[in-house]
Amino acid sequence: MAQAVPAGQKIWSGGKSPYNVEYGKLMMWFFLMSDAFTFGAFLISYGTIRFSSNSWPNPNEVFRSFPIIGEMHIPLAFVSLMTFILIMSSVTMVLAVAAGHKNDRKGVVKWMFWTIIGGLAFLSCQAWEWTNLYHEGAWWGRIPTGVGSHFLNEDGTMPTTNFSNFFFTITGFHGFHVFSGVIINIIMLIKAWKGDFDKRGHYLMIEKAGLYWHFVDLVWVFVFTCFYLL
Amino acid sequence: MSDATVNTVSGHAEPDFSTKAIWRTFWILLIITLIELGLAILYYETHFLPKHFLNGLFIIGTLAKAFFIIAEFMHLRHEAKSLIMTLVFPSLLFIWFLIAFLWDGNSYRELRNRYDSHHVEQSKTPVGKKPGVE
Repeated sequence: MAQAVPAGQKIWSGGKSPYNVEYGKLMMWFFLMSDAFTFGAFLISYGTIRFSSNSWPNPNEVFRSFPIIGEMHIPLAFVSLMTFILIMSSVTMVLAVAAGHKNDRKGVVKWMFWTIIGGLAFLSCQAWEWTNLYHEGAWWGRIPTGVGSHFLNEDGTMPTTNFSNFFFTITGFHGFHVFSGVIINIIMLIKAWKGDFDKRGHYLMIEKAGLYWHFVDLVWVFVFTCFYLL
Repeated sequence: MSDATVNTVSGHAEPDFSTKAIWRTFWILLIITLIELGLAILYYETHFLPKHFLNGLFIIGTLAKAFFIIAEFMHLRHEAKSLIMTLVFPSLLFIWFLIAFLWDGNSYRELRNRYDSHHVEQSKTPVGKKPGVE
């Protein structure tokens, strides 16, 4: 039988906060859960299509270019650099959060600055990679199929546009998250710079932006495995 | 954790982030990534070890990296147990999600290979050769 909650009493009256986190942080976690399922749906649909195909392009052949140096004999060199940049910017983000815990405004500004630089570096790398693939003839609905093209399936058969469609959609969706993360970080940097968080007495906003930024790094870990390693 | 500060909003003690733990996590993530890359390149050059075995290693490495990012960088390991459970239990749906969909994809491939001879011919003829000509 349903019992009415007396006025002024919380429904969950355990006498303590059940999650022990601030409201905004809890909501950020819930948002990230939903976003994880969105990315999960993308990546699993990619997996489903890949499992339904007899053969698939070899990432070591597709992703072998490096800016300035051009064709490298080491495959995946460029994407390793991108992964390193993103992990590094995740580290600077935690350092910003750690500085925020100590109410150290200068530390927060410094580490947020480096996090933004890392995010911009990652976006630039991705822009270069997309441009390069575009000039090689891969785009949504397009994949180079000529004899000797390195986009051919591993067994030398004709590739379908499934590969390029999923690649551009998923890395694009991830890149958009990085982009919005950079915007959020810039806003946080400005607010920290102006001393807004000192007035408020805490740097919890930095932690929420940090959660989002780490999530972007987390998604990249899965994108990296699904597209470049498997 | 000796250096606990009081969170002014929720009013509970929270352990500080230790810079040492951050860098340790960084090295773990970097080393796992380098091992994965090394194996991928080694496979590309020499084809030693079956690809399925390597894929298993890649997935384990990825899950390990995900664990460290969530637990340490996102600080979840140090949160209340109820929050951890609230996030972990819905995530378990991914297990069903993956098995069901990948199984479905594979079943579609097998059905097509069994019943659609045109598709088999198209998808098994190398580029530059005419279908049916060996």
